Amino acid sequence: MLRLEGVKKLFSYKNAQGGKAAKVAVDDISLEIKDGEIFGLLGPNGAGKTTIIRMLTMLAKPSAGNIYYGQLNIRDDSQKIKELIGVVPQHINFDQDLTVGENMHLHGRLHHMPEKERVKCIGEMLEFVELSGRINDSVRALSGGMKRRLLIVRALMHKPSILFLDEPTVALDPQVRRRIWDLIRKMHRSGVTVVLTTHYIEEAENLCDRVAIINSGKLIALDTPKALQEKIGSYAVEWDNEKAEREFKIFRSKEAAKDFADGLVQQNVLRRRSNLEDVFVELTGRKVNG
Amino acid sequence: MMLYDIITAFWRDWVVLKHRMIKFILSRMVAPILYLVAFGWGLGKSINAGGGSYLDFLVPGILALNSMNIAFNSLSPLHGERVYHKSIEEYFTAPINPLSFAIGKILAAILRGMISSAIIIVLARIFGADFSITPLFLLVLALNSAIFAEIGFYAAMTIDSYEDMGRFNTYILMPMSFLCGTFFSPDKLPLVFYYFIHVLPLTHTSLLLREISRGAVPSMVSFGVLLLYMAGCFLLCARVTKKAQE
Repeated sequence: MLRLEGVKKLFSYKNAQGGKAAKVAVDDISLEIKDGEIFGLLGPNGAGKTTIIRMLTMLAKPSAGNIYYGQLNIRDDSQKIKELIGVVPQHINFDQDLTVGENMHLHGRLHHMPEKERVKCIGEMLEFVELSGRINDSVRALSGGMKRRLLIVRALMHKPSILFLDEPTVALDPQVRRRIWDLIRKMHRSGVTVVLTTHYIEEAENLCDRVAIINSGKLIALDTPKALQEKIGSYAVEWDNEKAEREFKIFRSKEAAKDFADGLVQQNVLRRRSNLEDVFVELTGRKVNG
Repeated sequence: MMLYDIITAFWRDWVVLKHRMIKFILSRMVAPILYLVAFGWGLGKSINAGGGSYLDFLVPGILALNSMNIAFNSLSPLHGERVYHKSIEEYFTAPINPLSFAIGKILAAILRGMISSAIIIVLARIFGADFSITPLFLLVLALNSAIFAEIGFYAAMTIDSYEDMGRFNTYILMPMSFLCGTFFSPDKLPLVFYYFIHVLPLTHTSLLLREISRGAVPSMVSFGVLLLYMAGCFLLCARVTKKAQE
């Protein structure tokens, strides 16, 4: 089990007056991630999701609070924890001077995999993501989707028990995005705990067992996508207002939603099930992708 | 296990060097040939170097400045790996002692410094220079490469823009290339400059290489200065590597 206790991260920055100030990127977050679940950190750009992942993967130190992996904590047991985790960063961070195969070998070496096991594993992993023929190509020659797939299998090479994916499908077309989702589900089925950040609502809905909604560094909700929707009401009515802006209202019952929709005189009235985006807007008053 | 991790960091740079070995060797020949032709054959004929030829005087200086430049610049791409590609995060999320990353990188830069020094030694012999190479001579070259590899590592891990990396070359390496006993003896400088120049490590490398190449007894003070620089710069590298993960 992965546990965050009162985790806080402050960054110093220059304010509008030119003086030094501290920005709270992550504000007192406590939560638990169970073994074997797909856990999503959902929030708009700049909410603090990546900072949380960087602290979980020991690329940044919390300013306060603690992070535990079972009995291990990141302050004293970082080497042991690093053996347990795999990291797929948001930024495609391959070594640009190495080939596909050399990047994989570098990862295997850094995780102390014996050469024989490394060679076998690289062959299997590249086949898994249909990149076997590109083993001697420069990573620069791969398309965006291929790079993302390669990033994921590289992180899996040393068989981590927890995989962190920071915006795994950002800027990918729908087909590639669905292939990556399939890949994440396959890993999950093989027993890997998955922690991912996303600002795509449908990604969280499709993949995650539980979702933590983060806004301005704070944890504002945590539950299964379904439970979060039920908390605010399962039915929504949308319509265009006088300024041609889209508005919506959430209802607990289908009948209440129908009555409300029937009474509307505005254009483009739509009744539908509520979704995570509605949850987010209800809780924060802002659009996730806005 | 730390040794294995050092070898891994070294292996990465060795693979990159192997990809570009021919290009590396050819490009390393250009500047030394220009120095040897311009200062050795051309200008050197009219310079009195106190006994031997100016070419013999010049070669240790070229070796010193070349090993400095190569070792430093071998690690300047690390800046791009840290700031733009972020590929060094792969090392920091792996279960290795981050110090082994620094040591492996520095050793790879020393290797590059030594390969380019070997190229200059061969070229200088072809140009007719007369100097002796001893294990001590090679040790001084390795020490000099280590110091500037460490400085390169520190700069790449702390400087935030390509422009500032370039400025480091302009304001620090270039003046040292010309002033630290490479092309002329620092004894000829005004007293204030003389003392200032003697604080810098490259001066001691030039002096040591010249003494050893002439068969004279090398200065232990100069050795001490180089060792001190190497240890001090390594501590800075260790500190900055640790800080990179905060």
